[in-house]
Amino acid sequence: MKFTAALTLEGSPHMRSGATASAIMWQVNLALVPALGWGIWSFGISALGLVLVTVTASVATEWLITKWQGKSPCISDGSVVLTGLLLAMCLPPALPYWMAVCGAVFAVGIGKHAFGGLGQNVFNPALVGRAMLQAAFPSALTTWTMPFQLDRFTQFHQASMTRPLASAIVDGVSSATPLGAMKFDGVTTDAMQLLVGSVSGSLGETSSWLIVVGGIYLALRHMLNWRIPVSILLVVALLTTVFHIWQPDSYPTAGFMVGSGGLMLGAWFMATDMVTSPVTANGVWLFGAIIACLVVAIRFWGGLPEGVMYAILLANAMVPLIDRFTQPRVFGRRS
Amino acid sequence: MLATFRHGIHPPSHKTAAGSAIKRMAFAEELSVPLGQHIGSPARPLVREGEQVVRGQMIAEADSFVSACIHAPVTGTVSSIGWLPTPQGNRVRGIRIKSERGASQDQMAFEPHPILDSGEDWMRAVSRSGIVGLGGAAFPTHVKLKVPKGRQIDTLVVNGAECEPYLTADHRVMLEWTQDILNGAKRIATVIGAKKILVGIEANKFDAFQHLKESADGDVAIELVKVKYPQGAEKMLIHALLDRKVPAGGLPMDVGVVVSNVQTAAMIERLVVKGLGLVERVLTIAGDAVERPGNYLVPIGTTIRDALDFVGLKSTCDRVVLGGPMMGQAIADLSLPVTKGTGGILALSQSHHRSVQACIRCGHCIEVCPMSLNPALLGRLARVGAHKELAQNNLKDCFECGCCAFVCPSHIPLVQLYRQAKLNARKRAVVG
Ligand code: SF4
Ligand code: SF4
Repeated sequence: MKFTAALTLEGSPHMRSGATASAIMWQVNLALVPALGWGIWSFGISALGLVLVTVTASVATEWLITKWQGKSPCISDGSVVLTGLLLAMCLPPALPYWMAVCGAVFAVGIGKHAFGGLGQNVFNPALVGRAMLQAAFPSALTTWTMPFQLDRFTQFHQASMTRPLASAIVDGVSSATPLGAMKFDGVTTDAMQLLVGSVSGSLGETSSWLIVVGGIYLALRHMLNWRIPVSILLVVALLTTVFHIWQPDSYPTAGFMVGSGGLMLGAWFMATDMVTSPVTANGVWLFGAIIACLVVAIRFWGGLPEGVMYAILLANAMVPLIDRFTQPRVFGRRS
Repeated sequence: MLATFRHGIHPPSHKTAAGSAIKRMAFAEELSVPLGQHIGSPARPLVREGEQVVRGQMIAEADSFVSACIHAPVTGTVSSIGWLPTPQGNRVRGIRIKSERGASQDQMAFEPHPILDSGEDWMRAVSRSGIVGLGGAAFPTHVKLKVPKGRQIDTLVVNGAECEPYLTADHRVMLEWTQDILNGAKRIATVIGAKKILVGIEANKFDAFQHLKESADGDVAIELVKVKYPQGAEKMLIHALLDRKVPAGGLPMDVGVVVSNVQTAAMIERLVVKGLGLVERVLTIAGDAVERPGNYLVPIGTTIRDALDFVGLKSTCDRVVLGGPMMGQAIADLSLPVTKGTGGILALSQSHHRSVQACIRCGHCIEVCPMSLNPALLGRLARVGAHKELAQNNLKDCFECGCCAFVCPSHIPLVQLYRQAKLNARKRAVVG
């Protein structure tokens, strides 16, 4: 026979599904676009700038760290862009850019690489970045701008351009988020507004339905574990309803709780981060339920109006334990 | 809803050879017949260099109980008795036979009138015919059918699932050797004392199902099972058909079942009663680098090179695999012979290279593992050689089906890691 070329020797299987980790990551990025677009549309160029700043800073940090470690940078796998996007989405739209840079550097440097890089990190990197900012700049992280200001596409927000370490400019047109309004003034927001997203809040959290659209798209493509958002939202709704029936004046309705603040964004896109959520089938239900309980507890009885970030970070820390105790029973074994 | 097992995957089937009837492959100039092509000890040669042999003549005899006799696949002259390569990379003794010009396809009976009075006689005849499991395990059939005293077998499961992509040999056997399968199954059932015979067929071979159903009388139940890989794995098939779980580390016998592949059952009928030896088998030769894919009746000992020559190999061929694409083994040496355990030959063109990335903990591998193991965890442990933890996490229950590696988006070579870890564990056990 003429055939003489060297044959490839590789272990089985000789067939692969064609799924790749980078394809998954880029699809998640894509699924964020609707909610992100809404954020930019409602908060203007300041918000657009914030997205560009966090993504650029995240990518740059990844590049520098991997270069310094002598590895080949893996920007193209989409995971670091995702961290940048998610970080921007959970920040106030007019956050000073220099703070956003700090947050992104921290998210990628500490949140991801201090743990050993992609796949090794215990906590969701974007939330690590946000938690650092919350601790370092509490007032800037709770300064909210009104959506749909008329000059939002012609003018940057004054606060955005604050120079590093200068005292923050207290903006004239700040506004309260629905959760803040409820917590501090006892005012609830109309459910329709929450669904559409004509409220103030973090850049990418305001439009519940666009978040859900992105989430369902991913779930259908088997790139997002739908059990996590479903268990979070169900348990939050359930607990809230119980409290609401008990004391309708002190506790809001389930609809308000589920639609307000970062819960939708957190449930669909932060808690579902593959690296930092459980891998077992039962574990993800438990994980969701834990997050839900923490969210309800922090929002109702904590000092903060919002609790999604801390809830997810705490649950992230429990993942190894959850995984261990929810191992499925091996075929043909009794225990 | 058709019966099935939990988890598993749906790889593209590529069963394009399903429509091509079984064809005989011509004799190659020289055949290399290994003496150890089955599980157990190699057979002891009965011929000498230079000796004339006739197709069907017994040329090597089972050396112990767990062994299998070997018969000349072609009429010709023994050119040498020496070492032959194996897919595992080591060597095994074998007999090379130079084919006679225009050798006849007729097969001589090595024992024209076998005595088949008792179950024991019958078992001995199976052993003398050199029949081994043709589903891929190549375990000597007479050993597999030996039911230990005190054990009750109630069901014989005949495995016609053929869940590996590309492979269609069993499918053709079911269509063309229908009656042989049914009769062979009945003979096996009688010997092992099974009252029930169940033939399990994946639903994508509906024609085979119908065909068997029409030919079967009341004693044999033909069942469709869901199309899902690895439906043809013994444990999965038993679970689907009978809702019984073979205990970890156990055998089908532990739940009162014996499993036989369809081609094995058919061969028993075709050979044992007539005192003929197993000198050829049906296998699928397919893949995108094959010019005339199909199902061929290939003389044992035909080299892969000769077999591929016969069907035409395209120059795009990058990989040759013995068996199916999920569990088969890639080979580099085309002088390897077809053995009784060879279920297929695949010639595949280059698939684009995919780089290994870090595990992103997507959990997809866990969702598909038919044994409900945690492949991601096992992979991580195997990489660092954590033997104790690997054992604790039941590495030995993994039967290397490849579902986990198939879905892994990070392309981690999970099965290779497990194989290496198991090998290391065995070495450690030997060293103590
Ligand atoms: S190869 Fe092993 S670990 Fe992977 S899916 Fe199959 S049985 Fe499970
Ligand atoms: S499929 Fe691959 S990447 Fe996903 S959890 Fe399993 S080993 Fe990790």
